[in-house]
Amino acid sequence: MIVNALLRAEGISRSYGNTPALREASLSVTAGEVLAVMGPSGSGKSTLLHCLAGIFTPDSGEVWFDGRRLDTLNDGRRSELRRVAFGFVFQFGQLVPELTVADNVALPLLLGRTRRKHAYARAASWLERLELADLGGRRTGELSGGQAQRVAIARALVTGPRVVFADEPTGALDSLTGELVMELLVGLAREEGTTVIVVTHDARVAACADREVVVRDGRVTDPYASGVGR
Amino acid sequence: MSVPLALLGLLEREPSHGYDLKRDYDTFFGRGKPLPFGQVYSTLGRLARDGKVTAGQSEPGDGPDRKRYAITPVGKDEVEAWLAEPVAAEPYLHTVLFTKVVLALMLGRDASGYLDAQRATHIRRMRELTEIKRSGNLVDALLADHGLFRLEADLRWIDVTQARLGALAAAVRDR
Repeated sequence: MIVNALLRAEGISRSYGNTPALREASLSVTAGEVLAVMGPSGSGKSTLLHCLAGIFTPDSGEVWFDGRRLDTLNDGRRSELRRVAFGFVFQFGQLVPELTVADNVALPLLLGRTRRKHAYARAASWLERLELADLGGRRTGELSGGQAQRVAIARALVTGPRVVFADEPTGALDSLTGELVMELLVGLAREEGTTVIVVTHDARVAACADREVVVRDGRVTDPYASGVGR
Repeated sequence: MSVPLALLGLLEREPSHGYDLKRDYDTFFGRGKPLPFGQVYSTLGRLARDGKVTAGQSEPGDGPDRKRYAITPVGKDEVEAWLAEPVAAEPYLHTVLFTKVVLALMLGRDASGYLDAQRATHIRRMRELTEIKRSGNLVDALLADHGLFRLEADLRWIDVTQARLGALAAAVRDR
């Protein structure tokens, strides 16, 4: 276990019916660290991400965030924590198609009752950092895959989260676009001191991280913890 | 490809004659390039000299050498250290990796753990190349890309092999 972990899972298990997805998985990540979670399809890596983010609660084991037990919080408190402290980037962006780019980026702030003017000013600032300043008025359906992911990154970072969770953020992109998206995500997170946990099966994405762990059959293997990866 | 270490690994299974070692080496690792008898016996001679194997008395029979060779504790330690040490992330290492995986399965060692360590070594090198891409010029970036794609191909092989270790172990045992 890493001392001074910002987020950690201790021996968490989770099943879907009779099918175990996680088996006593443990993982720690420190503040500002970029961690890649690798593993084959169906290995449990996305379930691990969802448990760490408080979207799912594990059947057993514990999840701790910043010294607080996360898995025992009720749904409302976990939702609040996700909105305030966490950001999310998914494989297909999952932007709201009826809204403009600027609306999508401002949305997490508006949901947190930030004043409208302030929320849109912050959204515009993040769109500029992601070189999307000209696209604020567009509907998200008009964007390319790479542009949509950049909007998703802006939306994830606009609240100043402690942790960004990214699930296969380049999975739907070509190599060059994926590279640009990872460069922006990791570069901006480092500037902000934000922790990033990125689930990926792509070694090139994992190579952008400080460290990687492998999930196999619901268990986490950390090659650095045992020293063999050094 | 390290012939001495492959022969040592084969000897860890059971004491063998040079002829049997050559046959097993050619079966598992030769891939169309059989090991010359001369190289087998000269290698065994060096391993015996260095205390990694012992040679029994000559036995009656055909062939140039009917000694039975057995691995020593020094030899076993060398095999273990070699299997556990990830290979440097360089070109054309597939034959070494393949040999290590087959021997590890043959000897009941933690082949999956060795592959995990190899993956970590590869990704560490990819991390260095990614940093070169980020901070270097276009020429550096293109060269780094070549290395990244090559390492990625190795990693795909590692992933597929790891997913098939059970079947591969059965195949190795059945040969």
